[in-house]
Amino acid sequence: MPETVLDMPNSPETKESAAEATSILSAGPVAAEPGMPQWFRDGQAAAWGEFAAAPMPVRKDEAWRFANLKRVAALDSFAPADPVSGEAAAQLVKESKGLAEPCARLVFANDHLIHESDGVRELREQGVLCLPLAYALMEYGDLVEKHFMVAEVELGSAKFAALHRARVRSGTFLFVPKGVVVDRPIEVFHWASGDGAAIFPHTLIIAEENAQVAVFDHFCSAAEGEAHFACGVNDLSAETGARVTYAAAQQLSAKSSAIQINSTTVGRDAEIRQLQAQLGAGWSRTESVSHLTGPGANSLMLSAAVATAGQEIDQRTLQHHESERATSDLLYKNVLFGDARTIFAGLIQVDERAHYTDAYQKCRNLLMSDEAEANSMPGLEINADQVKCSHGATTGQISEEELFYLEARGIPPESAKRLIATGFAFEAIDRLGNPAIQDLIEALVEQRFANLAE
Amino acid sequence: MPEEETATVQSIKVDSVGDFRFPERNKFDAGRGLTEKTIDYICDVKNDPDWVRDFRKRALKVFLEKPMPTHWATKDLENIKFEDIRYYLSDGERPKRTWDEVPEDVKNTFDRLGIPEQERAFLAGVEAQYDSEAAYSNVQKAVSDQGVIFVTSADGLKDHPEIFRKWFGKVIPTADNKFSALNSAVFSGGSFIYVPPGVKVKHPLQAYFRINSENFGQFERTLIIVDEGAEVTYMEGCTAPKFETSTLHSAVVELVAMKDAKIQYITVQNWSSNVYNLVTKRGVAHENAEIRWIDCNIGSRLTMKYPGVVMKGRKARGEVISIALASDGQHQDTGAKMIHAADETSSNIVSKSISVGTGRSTYRGQVHIPKHLKGCKNNTECDALLINTNSRTDTYPAITVRGNQHATQHEASVSQVSEEQIFYMQQRGLSEAEAMSLSVNGFINDLVREFPMEYSVELKRLIDLEMEGSVG
Repeated sequence: MPETVLDMPNSPETKESAAEATSILSAGPVAAEPGMPQWFRDGQAAAWGEFAAAPMPVRKDEAWRFANLKRVAALDSFAPADPVSGEAAAQLVKESKGLAEPCARLVFANDHLIHESDGVRELREQGVLCLPLAYALMEYGDLVEKHFMVAEVELGSAKFAALHRARVRSGTFLFVPKGVVVDRPIEVFHWASGDGAAIFPHTLIIAEENAQVAVFDHFCSAAEGEAHFACGVNDLSAETGARVTYAAAQQLSAKSSAIQINSTTVGRDAEIRQLQAQLGAGWSRTESVSHLTGPGANSLMLSAAVATAGQEIDQRTLQHHESERATSDLLYKNVLFGDARTIFAGLIQVDERAHYTDAYQKCRNLLMSDEAEANSMPGLEINADQVKCSHGATTGQISEEELFYLEARGIPPESAKRLIATGFAFEAIDRLGNPAIQDLIEALVEQRFANLAE
Repeated sequence: MPEEETATVQSIKVDSVGDFRFPERNKFDAGRGLTEKTIDYICDVKNDPDWVRDFRKRALKVFLEKPMPTHWATKDLENIKFEDIRYYLSDGERPKRTWDEVPEDVKNTFDRLGIPEQERAFLAGVEAQYDSEAAYSNVQKAVSDQGVIFVTSADGLKDHPEIFRKWFGKVIPTADNKFSALNSAVFSGGSFIYVPPGVKVKHPLQAYFRINSENFGQFERTLIIVDEGAEVTYMEGCTAPKFETSTLHSAVVELVAMKDAKIQYITVQNWSSNVYNLVTKRGVAHENAEIRWIDCNIGSRLTMKYPGVVMKGRKARGEVISIALASDGQHQDTGAKMIHAADETSSNIVSKSISVGTGRSTYRGQVHIPKHLKGCKNNTECDALLINTNSRTDTYPAITVRGNQHATQHEASVSQVSEEQIFYMQQRGLSEAEAMSLSVNGFINDLVREFPMEYSVELKRLIDLEMEGSVG
């Protein structure tokens, strides 16, 4: 039987029971750990029931239009992850280098915390809770319960949200109390290790009134040759006047699959700026929902994706204007190489009373090969007047003029193309408004382009 | 009995140009509901060849098997009672060739809609369909002398099978969707047009569709083939009186433009506000051919119509220009489908919609550029205007592009008439309603110019009418 694990540094490791070493789609809920609140354990069992009862997506589901469902069916090949050994964990901690000066750093491997920096304790002194989810559940169960996976999953992956709920054991719980400003970003690494390992990273950020915080999540594979499945949920909430910046860099190995389900709630005069960088995984699906619940709320949704041969990046978004006088802006940029496929399905939904809404949505695809395929479904549903809404989608290639201009200045065609593609992707990244995070993501994108050139 | 008929007309509240009806005098009535017997009845009455009977029966099976597309379409479709609909009604007479021969009440109907005047004025040919069958059909001698065939689809399939069968059901297969299958099972009426190579028909050909009987479903089938280098413009108009119960109109229109040919297809749809208007329209454009759909939807309870162009030959062009006006209780679900199937093909979609009161307008589009093509272009623009606080508009485009030698762009915007504009005009002595209709007319002005003069005048008048009650 599994032993108790406090998801804390240097805690003893557990092995999942033999019965669980089957497919992740039939493994059942994760083994209950003592100390977890009853509501959480009940929720895990119930969620497994929901997951098992929900049908797999089929071709006729509008929420899965254009998606290659073989990729979904192939999730069957992943199994629950075993904890990593002490030595391997130490190596992963060493590799968890991102921001130069994060105010705190958490490192998870196969859903177990393997490192936390001293910054966590310093944050605690300001009243900021930056904790592994398992620990937060034990110590602040009521607070977590109020915010944990409360949003409805609207964009098609309710089944996988249930799987996450049934299997989640760790992740970041960040609570920034009223008026507290955390000036430097918090950085979190989620490692998957061992061929076929499935992980369930969770991020829950609550910024109370006028609080400010920035978080950067990394999703990484321990070895490029292995296949991993990351089924993550991240929920962000900014209460009145709060400011949250959230960035995620998905850099899983080429054989990996990823599902990321996001729900964002932006209150009165609050602002959430988020950016996802899709730089890995053979198949990646993200669902991002932004609820604008108070006047003056502002949501910025950015994405930069570099898709290469064999890769499918499937992004679904919803900008839901529930309140009047709120603003949302979305810019997704995709660069496609080889026979990569991208799917963008976005919707701006303006409720009946949400007058004076300002909502924008733009998806731009840059096709670098004759085999690449971009699918765009930018949507609008407007139920109020006195709104300003527009969306756009473009698909094109590098123009001859731009190329000629650079070649005329002695830049070889291949470098020139890379330069233009890099600039194209940076356009989304540059709008995040957090130079430290932008610089790091831009370096990751450049590295990705450099790897492609090899 | 003209007096009696006049009395009938007056007893019905007239709130639009098409809202009047005459007593039914149908010799043939297939009854309510749809079974194989209905199909046999239609085939017997129409004296269909065997291949048509088989075609209809196969289509009926497909129709019954196919689910309602409510996984993406509006749930309002579920309110259609297929078992209450009458699928075939006709007075059993051949279409009349001169206006004087047309029965008095039918003539009155079309007189009221202004058809003979229009014909005299500028039409090269006109066909008017009253419930299931054409009541009047006439082609100017000059046009028929050039070898242009313009007849009902029933005559087309009997008299010109060598052209008709080659293309019938090829552009829109029976199983394309539930309603194309329904049409394939029970179609009657509609036009068949063939324009021989090199013939440019100067004046537009026109068809007018009229539903006169309650619970009646109209299922016309139109097939237009324009041979190499030929050109034609076709216009259709539709009206129906407002009945107590809802009515179904489900047409299939297939266009074939051979090499270098041009087809312009203009529709002004002004069905009464309880007609379900579920129409499948598609054209195939061969090398360097051009197909333009100009589509204006003002009437109906629910319209679902996405005219499409399959660009099969190099340098083929497709265009959809669409205006939709959704007033209280109406849902205009319109759009376009552009399938690029050859190099250097280009398509353009311009859609403008106006939602008034509780009206809902939806744009749904599909642009598909498959692998290994070069130099394809698509431009899509959708603009929506909302008039009242409870108006609604949706946009659902889907664009697939494979390969890096194409360019597509899609843009959509939603706006309302600005308070400043209205204020400015009121300052200069216009009433609020006048200011509003001026703004709305300005919004669609560039598209209205694409319509023939008579239609654009009518369109402006209709918008003025709609705006009168909507401001405040």
